[in-house]
Amino acid sequence: MKAKGSVFKYGDNVDTDVIIPARYLNDARPESLAAHCMEDIDAFFPQRVKPGDIMVANKNFGCGSSREHAPIAIKASGISCVIAETFARIFYRNAINIGLPILECPKAAKAISAGDDVEIDFTTGAITNTSTGEKFQAEPFPPFMQELMAAGGLVERTKKKLGA
Amino acid sequence: MGMTMTQKILAAHAGLESVTAGQLIEAKLDLVLGNDVTTPVAIKEFEKIGVDKVFDKTKVAIVPDHFTPNKDILSAEHCKQVREFALKYEVENYFEVGEMGIEHCLIPEKGLAVPGDAIIGADSHTCTYGALGAFSTGVGSTDMACAMAIGGTWFKVPPALKFELVGKPAKWVSGKDIILHIIGMIGVDGALYKSMEYCGDGLQYLSMDDRFCIANMAIEAGAKNGIFPVDEKTREYVKAHATRTGVEYTADADAEYEATYTIDLSSLRPTVSFPHLPENTKTIDNVGEVKLDQVVIGSCTNGRIEDMRIAAGILRGKKVAKNLRVLVFPGTQNISLQMIEEGLMTDFIKAGAVVSPATCGPCLGGHMGILAKGERALATTNRNFVGRMGSPESFVYLSSPAVAAASALTGYITDPEKV
Repeated sequence: MKAKGSVFKYGDNVDTDVIIPARYLNDARPESLAAHCMEDIDAFFPQRVKPGDIMVANKNFGCGSSREHAPIAIKASGISCVIAETFARIFYRNAINIGLPILECPKAAKAISAGDDVEIDFTTGAITNTSTGEKFQAEPFPPFMQELMAAGGLVERTKKKLGA
Repeated sequence: MGMTMTQKILAAHAGLESVTAGQLIEAKLDLVLGNDVTTPVAIKEFEKIGVDKVFDKTKVAIVPDHFTPNKDILSAEHCKQVREFALKYEVENYFEVGEMGIEHCLIPEKGLAVPGDAIIGADSHTCTYGALGAFSTGVGSTDMACAMAIGGTWFKVPPALKFELVGKPAKWVSGKDIILHIIGMIGVDGALYKSMEYCGDGLQYLSMDDRFCIANMAIEAGAKNGIFPVDEKTREYVKAHATRTGVEYTADADAEYEATYTIDLSSLRPTVSFPHLPENTKTIDNVGEVKLDQVVIGSCTNGRIEDMRIAAGILRGKKVAKNLRVLVFPGTQNISLQMIEEGLMTDFIKAGAVVSPATCGPCLGGHMGILAKGERALATTNRNFVGRMGSPESFVYLSSPAVAAASALTGYITDPEKV
């Protein structure tokens, strides 16, 4: 599986309140959440994001509230992958559970700039910045996470577990 | 090698003799929690699983507290959905508005968390129950859904940081000042994926309400959980609120910690977090002149009776600053009742503060206390992110109830010693 898109770049500690402000949590439909994704720090993100685009940020991405609405909003915006130096733990769990691809790669997160075109090979974890030619290698997911993702997320895995 | 307190609780719930940091385990749960924002998303996922019951009707708790009393039509629909789910699956611990509270104040009060429990909640401040010597952590809605179906979940066993608290805190230094000091010291990702384990002779000076506050904000340092050893204060609290007594775990003497921090509580000063991160801390001596438009006293962090007593004690017989909005949000109906019985409600209202029903409302910019562009609020809540309490161009400062109450009198961030 591969992803290819242009980059939206953010800094450290992007919290789930700015990914999707609480004032929009009264409507949990993915398309409604996507309409306001990131708007408090990047007003034009909902209009400018295209299917396949990639989000890159620095450390502790997704900190704060446990709202699953945050990865849902990003996924429904069309973002194909979030690359960060590190992710906050609840966001990390939520992203895997709902099937939003995320990669931890400090070198890529630091080097990639807004507007760069980036290609990702999820099977190898290879990240290529096609705008600059730079290549990076993300940490592969631990086997347990790979199994969880291969099962189709936590709900599918739970169904299998109950069926067994 | 020995285990930390957290690791021992996780091992017991995974049916293992021992666990080590980094190990992936499947653990049984004593409580699965959700609120009116996270549960609707969980219900959708739960229904996909295709089970016809929750794993244990007594071990699921649903507390509509974020946008309640219903703030608008869409929120009312969410609450209705949650209520219908609770009725359909006979969830015993569903709390309607008249018996409710902010979930993390309510759950311990109802005796639903006891020492040694393993708890997950679809709310990041679920880590609050670490104050009782339980392992508890926040998760998302899908985790809640699957746990409601099977009564368990997966965890990566966390490594730990040890915080040795020594000495006696000064009069106006509370649990809030201790945790803000710690977050200022280690940063908002300083404990990422880790446990924050507390120990030391300073614990004897910390009330249960102080410990709830400190455990509550573990997530603000990125931690998986914060946890306190069980002592006489814990046992007394549990005895007064719960029918179960729980299981007391203690960390092994040779447990491994990634780092140990020794904090002399007697050296701490009232501490304030400046916008827009809880780690941007300054002591009260260095805050400068910060003019306020609103003061908020309450929340799952500082909405407990002791917080109310401290704030009311400072406001008693005085008046809040002209044109300053002072909002008080007790954590539960029971706390509101205690406030009436102790006369605190009168103190607040006579001083010119407004007291609301228990709700998360203003803390997350939901309702009942939203900030306009350019406004500044001092809040006893837990987050001061961009737009947290309203306009993305507003500013939130975090403090203890004492600093908040003192500031309510002057209209500027103020040392409680000076009012």
